[in-house]
This record gives sequence, structure tokens and C-alpha cells, in this order.
Amino acid sequence: MHEMTVAELSAALAAGRISSEELTRAFLERIERLDPGLNSFITVTAEGALEQARAADRRRARGEGGPLTGVPVAHKDIFCTLGVRTSCGSRMLDNFVAPYESAVTERLAGAGMVTLGKTNMDEFAMGSSSETSHYGPVRNPWNPDTVPGGSSGGSASALAARLAPAATGTDTGGSIRQPAALCGVCGLKPTYGRVSRYGMIAFASSLDQGGPMARSAEDLALLLQAMAGFDPRDSTSVEEPVPDYAGELDAGVEGLRIGLPREYFAEGLDAGVARAVEEAVAQFRRLGAEVREIGLPNTRLAVPAYYVIAPAECSSNLSRYDGVRFGHRCADPTDIDDLYKRSRGEGFGAEVKRRILVGTYALSAGYYDAYYRKAQQVRRLIRDDFRRAFGEVDLIVGPTSPSTAFRLGERLDDPVTMYLSDIYTIAVNLAGLPALSIPCGFVDGLPVGLHVIGDYFREGRLLAAAHRYQRETDWHRRAPAGFGG
Amino acid sequence: MALESGEVEKIAHLARIAIRAEDVSEYRRHLSRILEFVAQMNAVDTHGVDPIAHPLDAVQRLRPDEVTEVDQRERFQAIAPQVDAGLYLVPKVIE
Repeated sequence: MHEMTVAELSAALAAGRISSEELTRAFLERIERLDPGLNSFITVTAEGALEQARAADRRRARGEGGPLTGVPVAHKDIFCTLGVRTSCGSRMLDNFVAPYESAVTERLAGAGMVTLGKTNMDEFAMGSSSETSHYGPVRNPWNPDTVPGGSSGGSASALAARLAPAATGTDTGGSIRQPAALCGVCGLKPTYGRVSRYGMIAFASSLDQGGPMARSAEDLALLLQAMAGFDPRDSTSVEEPVPDYAGELDAGVEGLRIGLPREYFAEGLDAGVARAVEEAVAQFRRLGAEVREIGLPNTRLAVPAYYVIAPAECSSNLSRYDGVRFGHRCADPTDIDDLYKRSRGEGFGAEVKRRILVGTYALSAGYYDAYYRKAQQVRRLIRDDFRRAFGEVDLIVGPTSPSTAFRLGERLDDPVTMYLSDIYTIAVNLAGLPALSIPCGFVDGLPVGLHVIGDYFREGRLLAAAHRYQRETDWHRRAPAGFGG
Repeated sequence: MALESGEVEKIAHLARIAIRAEDVSEYRRHLSRILEFVAQMNAVDTHGVDPIAHPLDAVQRLRPDEVTEVDQRERFQAIAPQVDAGLYLVPKVIE
């Protein structure tokens, strides 16, 4: 049953063919047996999961609950979970047992989902390989010598290995979509403000957005339905009504205008990845979509602008970790400055410190205009490129990542090369748009992700296009050797 | 944009992050490389372009000025490094 999608598990639970307790035991057994080779979980909450599963079974027996009741889920360890350690992959929060529950985990638990545990990630979500975690690197089930992508690499790896049927992630510059692509699973970054950030540990607040990860577009729709909605506890949550995503799923792509940005099929794109994406585009054309070339002329400025804005916001957000109220505190501080400096020096890893320092520099006296202000001006140009494009087309399609999964350690000493892993995903965060990644082929046995970008609040259209594609193809059904049926 | 070692130490002080002396040169190398990379932004003329505050041009929502928080001091202090009589303890600040 580990091969089944959320929709299939939901039907089996509703028909009484399986119980949530059986299902939960099966996934917990797989995690125990297979995860030591992947390191996709930081914490497994077996006891709590079985309690939730039994409660879900009782709920279903009473004829209550919804489609997700009794279905297991793994949460990225960036979502605060009451009474359960929430580490964010950092030594700083190794001892942090969250005193409250995040909106996302609360909503999914309310829908009856069973939490299997907390997944591994790049420290504070800063990375594209899931190698910077205090708890060690995550491995990609398609080839354990390669990275799963990041920062939601634990969630992506667990899904690909069939250790969980559903997961959550967060996406600041590609952290849901890039690992989904590298692990051959599906991931959706919703419109900025669509899903509440309450209780989601902040990295760059103007870019951070939580979203679902799963193995089909249909499953993403079921999960997003439960996650989305207004939350007064998040000051940037939007008061837009949540549409019926499952109801929109069969809308297809006939007559839709799909734009291919010429800048996305240029230098730096792996030839095999390009071929797989072009074949997917041909498939959309056969399904009745009209495909045309478009221009997003400021694309090459997105990564540079992002690496000013994200570090600036991170340096501000992470100033809360001062060793006073929670988190790591150094031993025997001599004075308050020593307490701050050593607690932070010891508690944060190398990449987090690099970004705090870049952000501090960019915001420091005399440099603000040259870096932060300039980056926010460039951000407007990038947003306006997309606005113009969505005047001409309904969807934008391209590769999620310029290459397939790279080898562990390969980019760790070269931050800028690592940053360029997110060249196609970052602009979407700067513009606040929704986008998803679905599997569309393989190069040398490693999965390729197809990136589909939509206009604001058009998650339904994105999911319908992905679902239509997945009815014609079976890339999303492929499992890595040793982890399938 | 190459940074000097002294600049790295100054930024680290502003960020209140202790950096070991033997690591300064590596931070200098990495930060310089990142700053050189982000300088690619300068290739575009942004004269007269308004910096963006929010991609959907949203503004902060207002709410009635009412107390909505409940007292959770004990729960919060249970995870603090050092507390006494409801206070968070730090090294002596005022002589």
C-alpha cells in the first residue's frame, strides 16, 4: 500500500479496506527499515502517529472526517509542532520543543492526517541540497551518492522512497520545487499569502511560502485544499476565497496558452533536461494547448537580487536567536556580548552565518541603496515581466532545475554555484506567483522536473494542467529501485 | 567587490556572531564572491523604478486594538536556557 497515492489511500480508507492504524504501522515500519540509508527524518513521532491513526479510524467509523482523515503525512521540521522538537535543521534549535502549533500542521491534523514525523532540511531552509543540516545530509533514493535537492530535501526523499504518501515543504527560492524535481515527486508553491505562515520558522518573510508535496497533482490538490485559507495570525495572509481545487482538476489544457520563456532554454541548461521538458511541452500541445515563445528579459537578474533580499531578511529574522529566551546558549558567557556572539557562532552553521553576514553588510550604513534598494527595484522589474507575460499566456512552462541531482559535496565549497541551482525557481518567489514541479522524464536514471508557473491565485489551473499531463504519462508513478512495489 | 579582513570582522560584530580567527579568510573569500555575484544587478538601469514592497502591492491589515494573547509565560520559560523567579537570566549588564 506504500505505492498508493493519497487519493487511492483515501478511497481505501473510506471503503474500509484498510484502517489508518494498519497504514500508519506500515509506513512507520518502512521508515525504521529504510530511512537509516537516507536520513530523510530528523524526528519520528511513532507513538503520537498511532494515537492519531486510532482517532482517525474512530472518526471514520462514526461516518465523520474528510478525504484526508487517516492518511499519514510527514512535516518539514520548520513547522512548529506543539510538544515535539522543531529543530529547523539547526544546532541552534536542537533543544527547541515548540510551545505552539503552526497553522499548516494544525489544519492538516484537523483534517485528520496522521503525523509520521519531522523531515530533514537545509539549516533554516537555506540551501539547495539538504546537506547543511545539523543532523547530517539527506540522500536521494534514486542514487544515494547524489543530493535530494533542498531545502525540503527530507520531505522529497521520503516521498520518493515511499516512506510517506504526503509531505509538507516551504519554498523561499525553490525549496519545494527543486527537491521535488530532483527526487521525481510533485511539489506546489502557492501564491504568496495563500497558505498561512503562522508557526513556520521565518527565513525571508517576503518570500517564504508553505505548500504541499506528494506523488500526484491530484494529491497536491487535496492537500492544498486543507492547507489554504485566511489566517488572521499571519499579517500577510490573504482574504481570498479558497476555490474547490479537486472540482477544477478535470479542466484540462485545451485552448490554454502556454508560454515558453526563451531565457529558460538558454546557456546553462543540461541538454538531457531540455529534451525531457521539450517532450512534455509537445505532450501539452497534443492535448490541445497552444504553445508560444515569450520573453522574461530580467530573468538573469533574479538570482543576484534574491541573494540580497533573502539574506537581508534573514539577518533581521534570525536576530531573535540570541541565547536568552530559547535555543542554544554558549557555556559560561563572560558578558552579554559574549553570550550573543558565542551562542550564535556555535548555534548556526556555515551557510546560515554567511547569509546573515551578507544581509548585515547589505543593510549596514552606507550600503543600503546600493544593495537592498537596488534589489527591490530589480524585483519590481521581474514582477512586471511576469505581469506582462500573463497578459499573453495562461501558463508558463520550463525546467524546474538546470540539471538533475548533483553529487553530495560537489557544490558545498562554492556558494554561488549552489545558488544557481535555483535559477528558474527564484524569480517566481520574487514575484509571489504560484508554481509547481512534476516529474517529466529521466536523464541517466535521475528524474527531471517540469516547472509550471501560473498567474496569482490560479493554483487550480496549474493543478488541472499537471493532472491532465499525469493522465497521459506515468513518470510520477516510477519508483527508485529498492523502494517501489 | 573584495572585502578586507577587517570588514569581515566588523560585519561579524554588527551581526553579533563570533568567528574564529582561522575562519576569517574563508568568510572573506566567500562573502567577496557573493557580493561580486550580486553586483550583476548593476547591469540594469533602475533609475526612476520604485522599489517594490509587496508583489501584490498589499498593505498591512489593521485589527481592533484588543488583547488577544493569553498568558503562556510558564510554557515559554520551560524551554529557556536560564530563568529564575519568572525572569530570564543573562550575565550582568549594568555595573
